[in-house]
Amino acid sequence: MSRLPEPTGSTGLPEQTHSAGSRTRSDQHESATSSDRGDQGDSPTLRPMSYRVARSTRSSRLFSAALGVLLITLISLPWWADNGPMRLIAEMAYFLALAQLWNLLAGYAGLVSVGQQAFVGLGGYTLFALTDWYGVHPLWALALAGLMAALVSVPVALAVFRLRGAYFAVGTWVVAEIFQLFVAQVPRLGGGSGYSLTPAIVRSIAADRGTRDQVLYWIALALAVAVTAAVYAVLRSRHGLALTAIRDSERASRSLGVDTWRTKLFIYVVTAGCTGVIGAFIFLLKLRISPASGFDVNDWTVVVIFMVVIGGIGTMEGPIVGMLLYFGLREWLADYGSWYLILLGAVAVVVMLRAQRGLWGWVESRFGLSLFPIRRQLVILPGTGQGESRE
Amino acid sequence: MNVMTILIQGTLLGGLYALFAIGLSLTFGIMRVVNIAHGDLITLAAFAALVVTDTLAISPFVALGVVVPLFFALGYLLQRGLLNRTLGDSILPPLLVTFGLSVIIQNVLLEVFGANIRRLPVGNLETASLQLPAGIAIGVFPLIVFAAALICLGALQYLLYRTRLGRAFRATSDDPETAELMGIDNRHLYALAMGIALAFTALAGVLFAIRTTFDPASGPIRLIFAFEAVIIGGLGSLWGTLLGGVVLGIAQSIGAAISLEWQILAGHIAFMIILVLKPDGLFPRTQD
Amino acid sequence: MSLLSTHGLCAHYGDFQALFGVDVYIERGETVAVIGANGAGKSTLLRAMIGLLPSAPAMVRLDGEPVGNLPAHDLVRRGVALVPEGRRLFRSLSVEENLRLGGDFLAPGAWTLPRVYELFPRLAERRDSPATLLSGGEQQMVAIGRALLSNPRVLLCDELSLGLAPIIVREIYARLATVAASGTTLVIVEQDISRALESADRFYCMQKGRVSLAGACGTVTVDRAALTQAYFGL
Ligand SMILES: Nc1ncnc2c1ncn2[C@@H]1O[C@H](COP(=O)(O)OP(=O)(O)OP(=O)(O)O)[C@@H](O)[C@H]1O
Ligand SMILES: [Mg+2]
Repeated sequence: MSRLPEPTGSTGLPEQTHSAGSRTRSDQHESATSSDRGDQGDSPTLRPMSYRVARSTRSSRLFSAALGVLLITLISLPWWADNGPMRLIAEMAYFLALAQLWNLLAGYAGLVSVGQQAFVGLGGYTLFALTDWYGVHPLWALALAGLMAALVSVPVALAVFRLRGAYFAVGTWVVAEIFQLFVAQVPRLGGGSGYSLTPAIVRSIAADRGTRDQVLYWIALALAVAVTAAVYAVLRSRHGLALTAIRDSERASRSLGVDTWRTKLFIYVVTAGCTGVIGAFIFLLKLRISPASGFDVNDWTVVVIFMVVIGGIGTMEGPIVGMLLYFGLREWLADYGSWYLILLGAVAVVVMLRAQRGLWGWVESRFGLSLFPIRRQLVILPGTGQGESRE
Repeated sequence: MNVMTILIQGTLLGGLYALFAIGLSLTFGIMRVVNIAHGDLITLAAFAALVVTDTLAISPFVALGVVVPLFFALGYLLQRGLLNRTLGDSILPPLLVTFGLSVIIQNVLLEVFGANIRRLPVGNLETASLQLPAGIAIGVFPLIVFAAALICLGALQYLLYRTRLGRAFRATSDDPETAELMGIDNRHLYALAMGIALAFTALAGVLFAIRTTFDPASGPIRLIFAFEAVIIGGLGSLWGTLLGGVVLGIAQSIGAAISLEWQILAGHIAFMIILVLKPDGLFPRTQD
Repeated sequence: MSLLSTHGLCAHYGDFQALFGVDVYIERGETVAVIGANGAGKSTLLRAMIGLLPSAPAMVRLDGEPVGNLPAHDLVRRGVALVPEGRRLFRSLSVEENLRLGGDFLAPGAWTLPRVYELFPRLAERRDSPATLLSGGEQQMVAIGRALLSNPRVLLCDELSLGLAPIIVREIYARLATVAASGTTLVIVEQDISRALESADRFYCMQKGRVSLAGACGTVTVDRAALTQAYFGL
């Protein structure tokens, strides 16, 4: 699955993407002329050339602007819309976060997990236990739930990392089953029948219902944005480059000294921690958790996998596209029971057979659009020597 | 409960799990892919047998004569028409396509048959048991299932090691490109392998449906049992699969003796322990 | 009409082009050597001829029919066989199983298991041992025997001498001469130029994916200087 090179037409301007204020400085920081770098004089025919390292594309800058407008609209939503859209958007937001995380795990690190519901449920139960047993404030409990999930994911990884490929997938699923069966055995967590947050805990977020809904809505938005930004940051970091290398060829990158095991472990633990926070948040929203709902493979993993696969696995944009499509289909087929799942399954199968990089992969190769440029590109400044580009 | 009884019941239950595992093990051995829809195909076979017994008013054992060939054909077509296209360097396509199939099968069954719990009736065979000395009773039907597992594994052993088709399977598993140089059409061979795997799966599904209740959502846990048996036994080892099934079965019956809720959990825990202590399984594949 | 021929054959590994318009022909009953430096494209040529690398239909012809797009198993059925570079025995099969598999899925013919054992008597002694436990020379014999059991009209051999002691190489080439004498057409890829020219009727020399020289192997006809130039591109 090698990535298509971005067309040069859309990479003409050397700019860093997001931080408009520091643009100039970072450009200077990263640009150089080859004559600065000691004259090897090995190719006298080449004129000195200057280049810059750029990762943005024109479409990505347009997109950043649109994203800003969208975010402001969404943030201000509680002041001008009613509860219905707010609830739907909050749900979309946490699904987007889950999808981004699964995409990082499967699409970039090659760790196809079918057991992320383990950390959703774990996060949820941790929040319930911390707030109920120890009186921790729910918002603090969100963070602690993430920590808990990350901690637990380490021994889990030590076990399931012994399995490869599809066996890894089923192995993670077994872990989630164990968590579910185990929690059902703990009477203090409500056993098999479940557990509700007390009104006092709920009120500690905000005294009145309206404010509470707003706060939770904003948290949902913040989670989606933070997770997307974090995944983006990871992908652009050294770890991220290593990941792309691993994905493209595990053996080659190992021979280059990329420590695939530790990189994968890092991604697995980070993903589990974030999934734990989102799980805690989901059940803070729902106010009730049970082993069946907390560790539901369909809700927290199957649907998420479909979003990513259909939208475009291994792309930042794919989860967004897939999430929007999923909610569209769900609303559209709301009256047809589980047919929307059947349809999603069929679409995912067709996508995997026909367009392995999903809808977004198709858009990207067709129109050369890239909203989250990850790879650095060498942009040769006009009027200098002949170009080369690297990733 | 008597320790002997627990061990015997666990062993017999292991026969069923070995039957679940055969198809999974065979397709992994030959094509190096794991069919995530395996459990749902077991359930599908159970429902197919239900329909056949109801419409033709025949015993589930006779229905096997319809369901098993049907599943062979289904497996052949599935591999030839769909799964062969997913084979390649990346593990994602086969994994996610079979995952999609799993969800499709579950939900179609749900739409068609509803969420009710079903069972295939076989009259008093369900409860018949043999009395052994020392007050130990062995269910006749579990014994039949265990015998079926032995026969299936024996048949598979014969197929793989005594026939030219078996040679071709092993060769293709070693080196598919060179197998083509022997005049073997890999796409056809893979389809045959999936057909055979699903024939075993159909048998497993029907026997399971006689032994316990089932519903459209019982697939995933059967996949997990099959998977645990395969990993405990050692990937790609034929008789290891039986051993893995038996270990899982015994762990579950020990768990069940503690309390009914512990049955499945005990099996999972045994699996985890073996995964950590002996990641290649109890019966690692040496040379075959 | 030649038995097997290529016409402007091009072959690619992903973006990398390994063959650039190669034209060769193989007549019935002759032995043709293909020589060339490492990476010249000799193996690629054989792989394209037998359909392991797909090409445009008309780029490879068997009995004059276009077969470039057919899969390898089809070409094997039509009488082409390959002894692949590095032997590629099936490691989970015994010696005899490896040999049998060569003919299992193909029409029977003059080559039978006893006849292969007659050609390579030491394989008979090791018939039940796992193929990977054999010495390199014995493994090469299994690979040749396995290909012969498909009763090919044309047998493509890729670097039979790779990693073998000279005495074993001599033995194997002596056996190959028997095979050629029985009427089988041979294409031999070989690094050892003298050995290749000795065993063949004609030769092709390849360089960087192209045929750089072709000719008959007759006694004095090969111009050594021209060959060196064609081989190394000096
Ligand atoms: N699987 C492959 N992927 C990419 N490139 C390949 C592959 N196999 C061969 N090549 C390249 O194709 C070219 C021709 O290779 P080929 O194996 O045909 O050469 P050869 O003449 O057989 O060499 P040798 O004497 O080393 O066997 C070489 O440059 C080689 O690097
Ligand atoms: Mg070669």
